[in-house]
Amino acid sequence: MSRESILAAIKNNQPDHQALPDLDAFRRPDTGDPAAFKKVVEALGGQVFEISSYTEIQALIAEHYTDLNKVVAIQDSYLPGAATQWETGDGRQLEDVDLAIIPGQFGVAENGAIWITENEVKVRVLPFITQHLAVVVAAKDILATMHDAYEERIARPESGFGVFIAGPSKTADIEQSLVLGAHGAKSLTVFLYTPKP
Amino acid sequence: MEHQHKEHALLAEDFNANEPRVNWHDETLWWIRQKRDKIAWSIPEWEELREAASRIKHNVLGNLHDYLLEFERKAQENGAIVHWAADAAEHNKIVLQLLQEQGVKRMVKSKSMLTEECHLNPYLDEHGIEVIDTDLGERIVQLAKEPPSHIVLPCIHKKKEEIGELFHEHLGTPAGNADPKFLTAAARQHLRKEFIQSRVAITGVNFAVAETGEMVVCTNEGNADMGAHLADVHIACMGIEKIIPQRKHLGVFLRLLARSATGQPITTYSSHFRSPKAGQQLHIVLVDNGRSRQLGREDFRNSLKCIRCGACMNTCPVYRRSGGHSYHNAIAGPIGAILAPNLDMKEYADLPFASTLCGSCSNVCPVKIDIHQQLYKWRQVITQEGYAKKTKAAGMHAMNIVLSKPGIYKTAGGVGRWVMRTFPAVVNNGMNPWFKQREMPAPPKQSFADWYKKNRPE
Repeated sequence: MSRESILAAIKNNQPDHQALPDLDAFRRPDTGDPAAFKKVVEALGGQVFEISSYTEIQALIAEHYTDLNKVVAIQDSYLPGAATQWETGDGRQLEDVDLAIIPGQFGVAENGAIWITENEVKVRVLPFITQHLAVVVAAKDILATMHDAYEERIARPESGFGVFIAGPSKTADIEQSLVLGAHGAKSLTVFLYTPKP
Repeated sequence: MEHQHKEHALLAEDFNANEPRVNWHDETLWWIRQKRDKIAWSIPEWEELREAASRIKHNVLGNLHDYLLEFERKAQENGAIVHWAADAAEHNKIVLQLLQEQGVKRMVKSKSMLTEECHLNPYLDEHGIEVIDTDLGERIVQLAKEPPSHIVLPCIHKKKEEIGELFHEHLGTPAGNADPKFLTAAARQHLRKEFIQSRVAITGVNFAVAETGEMVVCTNEGNADMGAHLADVHIACMGIEKIIPQRKHLGVFLRLLARSATGQPITTYSSHFRSPKAGQQLHIVLVDNGRSRQLGREDFRNSLKCIRCGACMNTCPVYRRSGGHSYHNAIAGPIGAILAPNLDMKEYADLPFASTLCGSCSNVCPVKIDIHQQLYKWRQVITQEGYAKKTKAAGMHAMNIVLSKPGIYKTAGGVGRWVMRTFPAVVNNGMNPWFKQREMPAPPKQSFADWYKKNRPE
């Protein structure tokens, strides 16, 4: 069997052990800046709205989107009256979703990425198959760097699937012209949430 | 020397036949290199990050045996099925068998340079299975019946008008429409149908974490996720060198990858696949295909650190002006030229010579591979093994005589300058390979030695 011969060849050929580097110097705890995060998301082609209550979401969606026939909201409080029973099926039932509003666990200021897992979105394909994506993230959950993300928040996997999403789906494969909306969501809206004190 | 393909210099000559296109290719890739610089320099600890990445990868090479076993065990605990393939043929056979078990005749694949290296698509085609490449650039070259010319930008050699024509022919878009936005929207619609119908999806792997048994796949388009999450069977194909030790090391590599590749802070999607979704099968194919041999070559093993960002291609003066297809290998550019001779030294004997050894590739490499040093070392190995081109060996022999005897060197220099001044046609003609697609420099009136004698301070 190839497994044994491959492993034997590797064992025979691999160089001496060298220690792993210490990554602590890359950490920037306590400096996750929501304003910096917002700037990067916008540079990536996303739009960011700062809200202090989920009740503001409905009006913002009415103002900024047209032709929304089917909207999935992970929490009822995001958008009352959104689609129900969308979870049943292999993912193909979501082919006609126009907008999905989902929670993000945290954002990363250095690159605008938001961490989302299967635990929240329930159907893995939802944030990709939807025509437009909106993510609700608390401003207190903005971290500075990817090192802080992996050390502080996701040192261990907590679900079968997780993804960093940074901006809308895009491509520049045709003559390096940037086009938003390749195969995933055509637009990304972030609701940056800071509850009123 | 016999080749199935023309060698690099001749293929580059074909590419250079269209001067405006070469200039566009050259300038566009340099523009991407500049975007990379700008974003890299915005991070004060950039050089420390490169060093950390290089050291993590060195640790991987030294412990690859144990890390692979750890990854396999964790992946199995997560519910994945792990396969091992010694070479391209075995990889292709494993994938075919999985597809035949499912009875599928048509399926989607996201970008995977490994499956290009293994020539999976033509193999499956021979067995009656159609692969739909879903990365836009890969789909374009697939419709054109060409291989990708760049690992990150597969159709960088194509102009939008040609893409418009391809889409008109294959996807029924209006003739003459070459608007990138319109063409991308057409591809989105076409490929959505493929994602929905496909019961099996193949993806590549950017990083596989030994500690957790999970795989990370990075895309901007979202095609890997559309394929894998809708399929009943997800097949992930990876080279054994994609392993990293722990989850926290992803922090280092995800910071470096997209910044080095395209100058973005991170790809749109960095997907962490750990276990199959309910009711789904997840297969992982671990492929050696010469990697364990390269691991044993002390001078060349660092090439296995590569994270496939393509920065070395974007910066390379030879790649930018010769195009990816001139490397006649799945992976082009400087990194391809140090990986390919390990696969077949005779077939790829020309590639390490397709370089000026300027060292720019090594300077931008996010994992600090000594690429230009390895190119130089491969030249020596290839010449010693007798695979170097005869004319190259003869030229080197003549150079050796001239350069080792100062008297001959002085006379030859004087004669050369006189000939170039008096009879420029002797060098400015098609027989001189240095004259092709280049202007020869004007010969100086005197040699450096004469100039120095006159000008040195007394």
